[in-house]
Amino acid sequence: MSNLEVVPLAVGRSTGAPAVEVSKLRKEFRRRDRKAGRFARRRVPALEDVTFTIARGECVAVLGQNGSGKSTLVRLLSTLLLADGGAAHVFGHDVFAEPKPVQRLIARVSVEASFFKKMSSAENLGYAARFYGMTARETRDRIPEILERVGFPSDRRGEPMEHLSRGMQQKVALARGLLTSPVLLLLDEPTTGLDPRSKLEVQDFIREVRRVHDATILLCTHDLAEAEALAERIGILDRGRLLALEPAADLKRRYRAATLEEAFFAATGRTFEDEADEDDDREVFA
Amino acid sequence: MRAIALKRRESQAEAWHSHIAHELIGLGGVVERNVYLTRRYIWWDLAFFLWTVANTLTIVFIAKGIKATGGQIDVNRATTTLLIGAVVWAYLGIIFEFITETVAWERWEGTIEYTFMAPLSRAMHLGGSGLFAVLYGLVRAVLLFAVVAVFFSLSLGQANFAAALIVLAVASVSFFGIGMMTAVLPLISPEKGAQLGFVAQGLLLVVSGVYYPVSVLPAWMEWISKISPATYALRGIRHSILDGTGVTWVDVWPLLVIGTACIPLGLWIFSLGETYAKRHGKLKRSG
Repeated sequence: MSNLEVVPLAVGRSTGAPAVEVSKLRKEFRRRDRKAGRFARRRVPALEDVTFTIARGECVAVLGQNGSGKSTLVRLLSTLLLADGGAAHVFGHDVFAEPKPVQRLIARVSVEASFFKKMSSAENLGYAARFYGMTARETRDRIPEILERVGFPSDRRGEPMEHLSRGMQQKVALARGLLTSPVLLLLDEPTTGLDPRSKLEVQDFIREVRRVHDATILLCTHDLAEAEALAERIGILDRGRLLALEPAADLKRRYRAATLEEAFFAATGRTFEDEADEDDDREVFA
Repeated sequence: MRAIALKRRESQAEAWHSHIAHELIGLGGVVERNVYLTRRYIWWDLAFFLWTVANTLTIVFIAKGIKATGGQIDVNRATTTLLIGAVVWAYLGIIFEFITETVAWERWEGTIEYTFMAPLSRAMHLGGSGLFAVLYGLVRAVLLFAVVAVFFSLSLGQANFAAALIVLAVASVSFFGIGMMTAVLPLISPEKGAQLGFVAQGLLLVVSGVYYPVSVLPAWMEWISKISPATYALRGIRHSILDGTGVTWVDVWPLLVIGTACIPLGLWIFSLGETYAKRHGKLKRSG
């Protein structure tokens, strides 16, 4: 049995339910509006009527610039935010009404590999595993196995996280994501900031997780090549609106573009150079 | 039919056992994490302990100061009274600090989102921090008391330390409940919330007779002192150490009542804060 072939902690309520079902999902934040007055607040939409479905075992990438709402979408599905409208289901479970069964099924790997810096990788993973009901006996073998699988050197398992490089920390973050045998992986820019070699290693690992573990993956990224390489369907999220969700080839055809980058710019009507200027006026939710 | 019902009951019992086991493992995980972190920061803890000793000495010297300036007091008794107040103050500080840091530290490290999206009840999550805080706080309280008592060569031959520890342990349930209420503050205000925990600690002790009898308080403050668990903890511990009395029901029953009310109230307030944080996007890392 492969290290990654593990039994999921729980299964969906209905065997026919899609992995993710999002309908008219809406989220807005209230932010200070200094122009309107000292105590004035304005509502800033982060997601507007987002609707999509992800089938079991599918890998879907969502492309978007910083502030487009990608991380808000992941946080909503991770039960870390409450929606202002619409619905979201994970394997048939309502994300907002019954978060506990959803939490058992998902794992999230984000751009920031967040850990207790003074604790070692093994200690951090052990801490995370206990929250999922895994005993010390269960993690004694499992943690070294999974760290080895992500290419983490065994002689550095006892080192505090603060001594590890960004790439190493991200590998531990991936290991944490898989440790609890999730059936839905929410990857929020997992390779951002990594050197090219670490990036390829992480991407290979994601492929292997899909192949061996049969996990469903939602990958939020602003790396167009990564999205095209890993996902079956690609969504374009712009200013909180999901403009399209199709296979890469269909996207290119729809926008009469030679590359995914051209399709992205045709869909959003903006270039990446616009982003910095616009972010000054727009709240960033990434 | 009966066999099916029996099987269903067995299956429900099995699921319940599995759920309880999961929750207890999670609670143990929080304790385990705090043990790791305390080990990593042990020299800092020693430095803070020295600061607590110095702080306690500044308070406890007051008794000798009064005598030196012509006051007529029993220095040994007054010194012990002040020492008990200072130890309870320090103990409460540790309890509040650990429980409040359940949120504040995790937010600072960036792990808060991973913890809050895990399938563990908040009661067990906070309970793990509370359990560790009580154990760690008791060790620190005993050490602090011993160091200062030796420093002043206090005569404590009649003291009933076991009874004092039992009263402190019973009071800890209420302190934990109030700690959960203060732990919500960093959720609402990531920047200043943790510091507000110290405000709550000060307010609780000022009405509880930390260095003086509650009878000297204005009537309205004396009334508030009746619902403060620290009042009964301080009174019970002083009776045990100064007079050698055992655990007295008159001190314990209010602590049990307040503790029974504080735990669900603390959890409810924390859940309100968590809902607010999830609605307004305040669980994100800061710092």
